[in-house]
Amino acid sequence: MTLNNNDLKRMASQVRRDILRMVYECQSGHPGGSLGCTDYFVALYFKIMKHDPSFNMDGKGEDIFFLSNGHISPVFYSVLARSGYFDIAELKTFRKINSRVQGHPTTHEGLPGIRIASGSLGQGMSVAIGAALAKKMNKDHSLVFSLHGDGELQEGQNWEAAMFAPFNKVDNLISAVDVNGQQIDGPTDKVLGLLDLHEKFSAFGWDVMHADGNDMDGIVDAIEEAKSRTGKGKPVMILMKTEMGKGVDFMEGSHKWHGVAPNTQQLEEALSQLEETYGDF
Amino acid sequence: MKKYTYTEKKDTRSGFGAGLLAAGKKNPEVVALCADLVGSLKMQDFINEFPDRFIQMGIAEANMIGVAAGLTIGGKIPFTGTFANFSTGRVYDQIRQSVAYSDKNVKICASHAGLTLGEDGATHQILEDIGLMKMLPGMTVINPCDYNQTKAATEAIAEFHGPVYLRFGRPVVPIFTDPDQKFEIGKAWMVNEGTDVSIFATGHLVWEAILAGEKLAEEGIDVEIINIHTIKPLDEEAVLKSARKTGCVVTCEEHNRYGGLGESIAQLLSTNTPTPMEFVAVNDTFGESGKPEELMKKYGLDSSNIVEAVKKVMKRKK
Repeated sequence: MTLNNNDLKRMASQVRRDILRMVYECQSGHPGGSLGCTDYFVALYFKIMKHDPSFNMDGKGEDIFFLSNGHISPVFYSVLARSGYFDIAELKTFRKINSRVQGHPTTHEGLPGIRIASGSLGQGMSVAIGAALAKKMNKDHSLVFSLHGDGELQEGQNWEAAMFAPFNKVDNLISAVDVNGQQIDGPTDKVLGLLDLHEKFSAFGWDVMHADGNDMDGIVDAIEEAKSRTGKGKPVMILMKTEMGKGVDFMEGSHKWHGVAPNTQQLEEALSQLEETYGDF
Repeated sequence: MKKYTYTEKKDTRSGFGAGLLAAGKKNPEVVALCADLVGSLKMQDFINEFPDRFIQMGIAEANMIGVAAGLTIGGKIPFTGTFANFSTGRVYDQIRQSVAYSDKNVKICASHAGLTLGEDGATHQILEDIGLMKMLPGMTVINPCDYNQTKAATEAIAEFHGPVYLRFGRPVVPIFTDPDQKFEIGKAWMVNEGTDVSIFATGHLVWEAILAGEKLAEEGIDVEIINIHTIKPLDEEAVLKSARKTGCVVTCEEHNRYGGLGESIAQLLSTNTPTPMEFVAVNDTFGESGKPEELMKKYGLDSSNIVEAVKKVMKRKK
């Protein structure tokens, strides 16, 4: 399913409703980052990526995506279900016993659309690089996308990966960092400052871009631009500014909603700000 | 006691190198990764033959495990190579999440395991790796005993789908197994049939068990020696059958007594057929610098320790 930009915005509203309702249903999970990255996910799955929801683990001949900051699983599950990987009714089972829709993404229960477990932070960039190398070896010209949290970059493995990819000309990879400036214990600037990520990734040899991750037209253009920069000897990095909790006024811009579920009243208030466009699960 | 002789000594890591090359020739999906230890891991022949199927990772083992997991998505069969310490303890969470929990077809190949790494000392002599790896659900753990068996095991794991930890070592040791053996994962190898005691040995300790068996035979003790090259999944049938026949057991491994082969066998026996046991293993300590044979002697891992353990355990037989 490919949508025009207007329908992408309508889909984003529906996905945000899904996130809130999933997290509310089990009173657990991470709504803040999920809401912030919704526009990116919707752009990727409903416009940018050539992908096959009948799901083949190897992903040969299709664009594939890896979520490194696995705690924003609600947004991932919602876009996977709504693009046809599994029934949206299954979103109801999020974080509940005997479910394929686990707290953090995993291949273990066989949920279509997931290619690697994530949750323990800092591992996804390496995996995405490996998948990108496999595509090169297979003469497969499709692309690999990956998403990482900004706080997650405090994990050292990212920098091993960041050093490896440009040196080995992994130029079929488009990574994005969700720069929302927040992590569990507070603003990243207070917890462990990331300083200038543009300079850091540039110095490691990446082709670095910036985008507003909460402007649908802007993020679509940015990822399209990133695609045009692939195949030129460098991996592409999109530093994507987002607002944690985007779309729900009382959740926006604070780390408070990183991993907290809304109560009944908060859910109602939040849903009243988001139009039901494609039907709730 | 069946007679075992050898004409040549070689390191098991060279068996890995030869096996990797053979596996690479057989299957074009086999790829190799190394964290700056190509010479130590004997990967050069593979690299010469398949330069495009080798990835130099630099000194970045966490990234190596992640990249290997990613390569499987696309159908590759990645073999990662570094020392056992850096293959396991250093990257445990990467293996746990990106390989084992994600059920990725990664072959974690680990050289310089145990005390026989020698002079580098305890920082490099991991004695906990079997335990770390066997605790991971779905992980296969293999510790072959000589060059030929390591080569055969390397070829066999390429044909097996699933995460594998393959452990081998640095020193040259006698080659006493069949060069044309068929390596069956999870199937114990009967080295010598006997009736008085069961010796279950893995890795470098299999040869020591044979030496011990020869000494014991001179004293009229008829030992059964079984090579447990696959620690997980354990060949439970072979272990139980032998333990029931002989009524006492000695396990031998170049590993901490906690978490290793002995512990797996103790658990199996205690739940099925409680049997007196002795453990020839490192007694919950770190190693130190020294020559491999000096270390094996000092830490109680040579044939004389096996002889002693056999005598001790036979006295406990009912």
